[in-house]
Amino acid sequence: MADAAFLALSVITIGSAIAALELRSLVYGSIALMGTLGGIAGFFLLLDSPFVAMFQLAVYVGSIAVLILFTVMLVKRELIFKKVEDKRRKFVGIALMLVLMVSLGAVILDSGIKQITTDEPAVDFREIGEDFVTYYWPALILMGLILSGAVTGALVLARRVDEENGQRVN
Amino acid sequence: MANELTEFVLVSVALLGIGIYGLAVKRNFIRMLFAVEIVINAANLNMVAFGRFLPHSGGQTLALFSIAIAAAEVAVGLSLIIVAYRMYHNIDIADYRSLKG
Repeated sequence: MADAAFLALSVITIGSAIAALELRSLVYGSIALMGTLGGIAGFFLLLDSPFVAMFQLAVYVGSIAVLILFTVMLVKRELIFKKVEDKRRKFVGIALMLVLMVSLGAVILDSGIKQITTDEPAVDFREIGEDFVTYYWPALILMGLILSGAVTGALVLARRVDEENGQRVN
Repeated sequence: MANELTEFVLVSVALLGIGIYGLAVKRNFIRMLFAVEIVINAANLNMVAFGRFLPHSGGQTLALFSIAIAAAEVAVGLSLIIVAYRMYHNIDIADYRSLKG
């Protein structure tokens, strides 16, 4: 059976995920998204993976959510609060969500996942570090290249080019 | 373990459903990015949960890679939002028509 910490975390995570999509203000929406990401970090702690939980807090809550918050602040004030929605489309979306949840949930409850239990100790995070520098080293280098490429590309995309009489000025 | 694997997987299914709903209904570019983030986090939760119960270090390693790649994706997505906002002065994707055939 689920314990109290698990129930509280799932309420926080799912509730703030809904709030992130439904709150009128985008600023509060991004703060609610922070709640979802922090709740997922709590789940990682429950799953005895403190290393991934700290990574999640540092990368998602620490940088991505703040980045999103700053982007929201760059947008005009009335656009932050504007909410254009098609009522019919919304009902179809909710129906799609419910069908997806019920069918996937039924499949999972009916499958053999229930029998998977473990009494073994959790994986030590030193093992993950060893994996990274032995078996996964090409993937690690590739990931570094992709990250630097993506950040450089983002900077180039977002740079403002002011041109005056065909000459570039700062 | 006090909690079962099924419970974690069900939470992840709920998050996936909410993310798909956001992608299908919302027309705001930034909100669609929120929905993508929620879906990615549901996948990460699944990976770590299965990695804990099997138990195997691969789940956590893959989740770490996924978090790093998601950071790159958000950086590019946000800069695309800034460029599109500069061009159209709006963040409603229905207004972005220059790629429409």
